[in-house]
Amino acid sequence: MTETFYEVLRRQGITRRSFLKFCSLTATSLGLGSAAAPRIAHALETKARTPVIWLHGLECTCCSESFIRSAHPLTKDVVLSMLSLDYDDTLMAAAGHQAEAIIEEVKKKYKGNYIVAVEGNPPLNEDGMFCIHGGRPFVEVLKETCADAKAIISWGACASYGCVQAAKPNPTRATPVHKVITGKPIINVPGCPPIAEVMTGVVTYMLTFDRIPELDRQGRPKMFYGQRIHDKCYRRGHFDAGQFAEAWDDEGARKGYCLYKMGCKGPTTYNACSSMRWNGGVSWPVQSGHGCIGCSEEGFWDKGSFYDRVTDIKAFGVESNADTIGKAAAGTVGAAIAAHAAVSALARARTSHGQPEKQEEN
Amino acid sequence: MLSQQDMLEAERHGKQVRSIYVYEAPVRLWHWVNALAMVVLAVTGYFIGKPLPTMPGEASDNFLMGYIRFAHFAAAYIFAVGLLGRVYWAIVGNHHAKQIFRLPITNPHWWSEVFFELRWYLFLEKTPKKYVGHNPMAQLMMFFFFTVLAVGMVFTGFALYSEGAGLGSWQDSLFGWVIPALGGSMQVHNLHRLGMWIMMTFVLVHVYAAIREDIMSRQSLISTMISGWRMFKD
Repeated sequence: MTETFYEVLRRQGITRRSFLKFCSLTATSLGLGSAAAPRIAHALETKARTPVIWLHGLECTCCSESFIRSAHPLTKDVVLSMLSLDYDDTLMAAAGHQAEAIIEEVKKKYKGNYIVAVEGNPPLNEDGMFCIHGGRPFVEVLKETCADAKAIISWGACASYGCVQAAKPNPTRATPVHKVITGKPIINVPGCPPIAEVMTGVVTYMLTFDRIPELDRQGRPKMFYGQRIHDKCYRRGHFDAGQFAEAWDDEGARKGYCLYKMGCKGPTTYNACSSMRWNGGVSWPVQSGHGCIGCSEEGFWDKGSFYDRVTDIKAFGVESNADTIGKAAAGTVGAAIAAHAAVSALARARTSHGQPEKQEEN
Repeated sequence: MLSQQDMLEAERHGKQVRSIYVYEAPVRLWHWVNALAMVVLAVTGYFIGKPLPTMPGEASDNFLMGYIRFAHFAAAYIFAVGLLGRVYWAIVGNHHAKQIFRLPITNPHWWSEVFFELRWYLFLEKTPKKYVGHNPMAQLMMFFFFTVLAVGMVFTGFALYSEGAGLGSWQDSLFGWVIPALGGSMQVHNLHRLGMWIMMTFVLVHVYAAIREDIMSRQSLISTMISGWRMFKD
């Protein structure tokens, strides 16, 4: 049996007296009255922590690398106290058949009551043979594991959108999780990787409130992906003022002007980087002088250069940017108009000389 | 609405009065307000995508991008509200006001008129015809390169505006779905810009055709959009 919250608290040296005081205080602050205190205590004493199975598909482990660097809350608190990370082949000590047996055990014991966190995505070409998990195609393991899950978290751009392995021409047909698994609540947490605190924040929310966070149209938690980088960027003042870095080594770049003209994707990227920053709030891409590359946006590898503001449109077989197409179209049409006007003038001159002003009625 | 009908009307009236009231005041007002809004939108829109050279001095002393974006958004609201007003007038106004919103594509005569106009523009017809409203070719162009495109520009434009207005804003509720539907914010920015270029190319053709027909065809065009009266020259 997984430890309860009470057992975890006791293990960390909190006395039963303090625990009961905490329960009374919580009941009072929630306006539930004194009768609720024993019920809260009972729930914390008996309710097992939510088991989490963390699967790895086609990925680079950058999501795990980010996750283990979380500062608020500390990853150790999340993993050891808040949830019960029962399976994560990168972090766990067990290996081989022993490890794989855990998935089966969790599935049976916590049917419909465990969370599957997916890092990476399943490739579907060649029956999924491009990613093998415990001797079987990953897509099969994923489908089986998710079948009895309560909810699924898609970590990173890979699981949410496909990321680099799904970039054109996508030889392995790497496919985002939500296109393979249906009928389950799926939380997309995009980014390459997502911010550590965003990852632990999503997990903490789900454990604390026992429900999934509010999601936007693309299945992302609104609390972290509700605004663009641009909306909270500390260089936004320079954008509004019209002050831009025009080259990587010009005065504007040194003064910390807006990187819009250098192709910053902040205005088109939904993420929390500009408010939460990275590595415990130390810095983030724009602060270190490089524009956002839009790593948490769908298909960001296929959306043109990281260093252009007006990027290539790759639709209808066209691979050119709006300005190139537009100037060519306007130029061609303009030239055609000039030629047409010249011919019109000639034609008019000829008719008015030839047969003066007499036009038949029709 | 139908050019055949227009022809008859023109012929009938042409012999007696030689001029017909075509564009009612709201249509004319809308035309010029809309034209002005489009000029502002195109110029400011161009500079939003490709900003002007960097501004000197303190950030707090400047607000250039802010003003450019303000002008763009203000003109966009005028453009959108104008379009709504124009749709209303298409319903309550005279039948010429409906022309740019619906094409009589099931009418074979209308199609033959389209091809007649095409031949006229290709110098294959010596004598132009008379039309009270738009000529069928112009109507076809107007429908796709103005009406459809303008609606597309309003949808993509408000979708982009909703990104700044934020989740839960009415812009987001009405138009926010456009962003994921078209493949993300960057793609919508690019398509919106491409739409601007198509619209400007249409403006070139529109202005040229209006001036040319004013000179070469048998009826007035430019003054009609000011006075509302179509004069027939013969």
